Amino acid sequence: MLEIRGLSKSFGGVKATDNVSLDFADGSLTAVIGPNGAGKSTFFNLITGALRPDAGQILLNGVDMAGRTPPEIVRQGIGRAFQVASIFPSLTVEETMLAAVGADQRRAGVMHRRFPLAETRDRAEHAMELLGLAGKRNRTAATLSHGDQKLLDIALALVLDPKVLLLDEPTAGMGTEERWRMIDKVRELWEKQKITVVFIEHDMDIVFKIAPEIVVLCYGRILATGTPDAIRRNEAVIEAYLGSDDHAGAVA
Amino acid sequence: MTELQAGQSAQPLEVPRIDARPQRYRDLLIALVAFVLLALLPMLFGSKQLLDFVIRCAAYGLFATSLNLLVGYTGLISFGHGMFFGLGAYGFGLMMQKTGVPIPVAFVATLAMTLVVAVVIGAICVRLKEIYFAFVTLAFQMLIHSTILSWQSLTGGDQGLRGGIPRPPFLGIDLANHLHLYITSCALLVIGLFLMRQIAQSPFGYTLRMIRDNATRASFIGINVWRAKLVIFVLAALFAATGGMIMALFVSGAYPEFAYWTISGEGIFINMLGGVTTFLGPMVGTVLLLILNDTVTRLTEYHGIVLGVVILFFAIGLRKGLMDFVVEWFAQRRGEGRG
Repeated sequence: MLEIRGLSKSFGGVKATDNVSLDFADGSLTAVIGPNGAGKSTFFNLITGALRPDAGQILLNGVDMAGRTPPEIVRQGIGRAFQVASIFPSLTVEETMLAAVGADQRRAGVMHRRFPLAETRDRAEHAMELLGLAGKRNRTAATLSHGDQKLLDIALALVLDPKVLLLDEPTAGMGTEERWRMIDKVRELWEKQKITVVFIEHDMDIVFKIAPEIVVLCYGRILATGTPDAIRRNEAVIEAYLGSDDHAGAVA
Repeated sequence: MTELQAGQSAQPLEVPRIDARPQRYRDLLIALVAFVLLALLPMLFGSKQLLDFVIRCAAYGLFATSLNLLVGYTGLISFGHGMFFGLGAYGFGLMMQKTGVPIPVAFVATLAMTLVVAVVIGAICVRLKEIYFAFVTLAFQMLIHSTILSWQSLTGGDQGLRGGIPRPPFLGIDLANHLHLYITSCALLVIGLFLMRQIAQSPFGYTLRMIRDNATRASFIGINVWRAKLVIFVLAALFAATGGMIMALFVSGAYPEFAYWTISGEGIFINMLGGVTTFLGPMVGTVLLLILNDTVTRLTEYHGIVLGVVILFFAIGLRKGLMDFVVEWFAQRRGEGRG
């Protein structure tokens, strides 16, 4: 269970995250939506340690993560993928996976043995299979298509066996068809892995179709939380976030 | 088509997997062969000049290859790596002159001293990003150089460590003997290269590559980036110091130029010449630079201009080092052959 308690972060007077409290139940799938500048990415950066919160708690199964460094938080079981695929361009897909598993097994500093370590193979293999990257194992990450790079980024988070997986716009920069393929993949992973998944998404069709839970952020604050139906009917959301009538029409 | 064939063709394309085990034995074999060839060299060519050349290659080669662990593998562009070369030369020379301990003891003690200095300097530097890292390493280099110049009573100031370094025989090895010095230098070079190769191909070596490619991502898969950078900074310093010790033994002294920033510059120059994407690139660069230095200085007093043109050719013309170029060329040819 991931519990956020009174999380706040300001940048020179601008409250990017303003007293946010949320619960993410184990095995839940939640979409975070909100207009540009709503503080969605900041919210992720705070949870994963990329930013240090000004106040508040981030409790993973009761242990506070606030103020810890990214490596520490990852080791506690919060993995993330990035809006712009964050990968290792010169490593092959397979090397990336093997090295990530090695890091997770605390073998990133091993010098007396050769890479790759035998004990990292199974998990690396499993992650590649899961994301459909096994056939491209010998491609360097830089030569992969945009979509595959995003998958590799997710694989990097997933291969660490996280309890909570945060996906910052898994469909960013994709065409419509590719978006749906990606989001089906995300849903499939969520169902198979039985982990808590939180993702940021702009496309309302996608959000309302696949996310059982939705969190709406606006100006760093929680505007609404609930099921797609509840969010769709929420006056405040329609008013403040979706703004004009034609947007509301698109949602309904 | 038989059923069996059909089954085969339906199978997914067989993709080769990376395998770690044979690599190490291959590298060990290459190291042994290289050492034997180097050891046989004096029997084939008696020329003292050639052996001197190889000894200098050993000193600079260890230095340049260790710099590549930082530049090529980790993406840490150090402009002050030469300080450890100088530190090795002075540390070893002083220890031999002042204390008269056996050579292996002075060797280990110099490494220990370098380790301490590198940990302190590294702990400050590796926190910094790119250009700041480069400049602060350069600043430390200048600091060490100035210290050597001004601490006259200990270091002899701008005169350097003079009067020769005593080289008492140990374990039947007499480093005052030119041939013994040659073999020892070759052994240190081959062992040093083998160890660095091992580091580069170990899981830690891949941690370094990840940090070079994307340090932020590396930290988000649980890697302590700062610690990994510090470890490689210190290890590289140890190999550079070993190069410095070979140099001190070779010239039987130590001079402030060994710790001047131009040594670091030459290290970078060598890496640009040879290329940073292959392990042996810096070694090739070392041989190239020393040949260039020796021949060009003999032909003209404007050797700086010639070296400048050469580096421009590599930097702007090829846009890569010689070994990078060769490896790419082979890869391309193989690709064409297959396709």
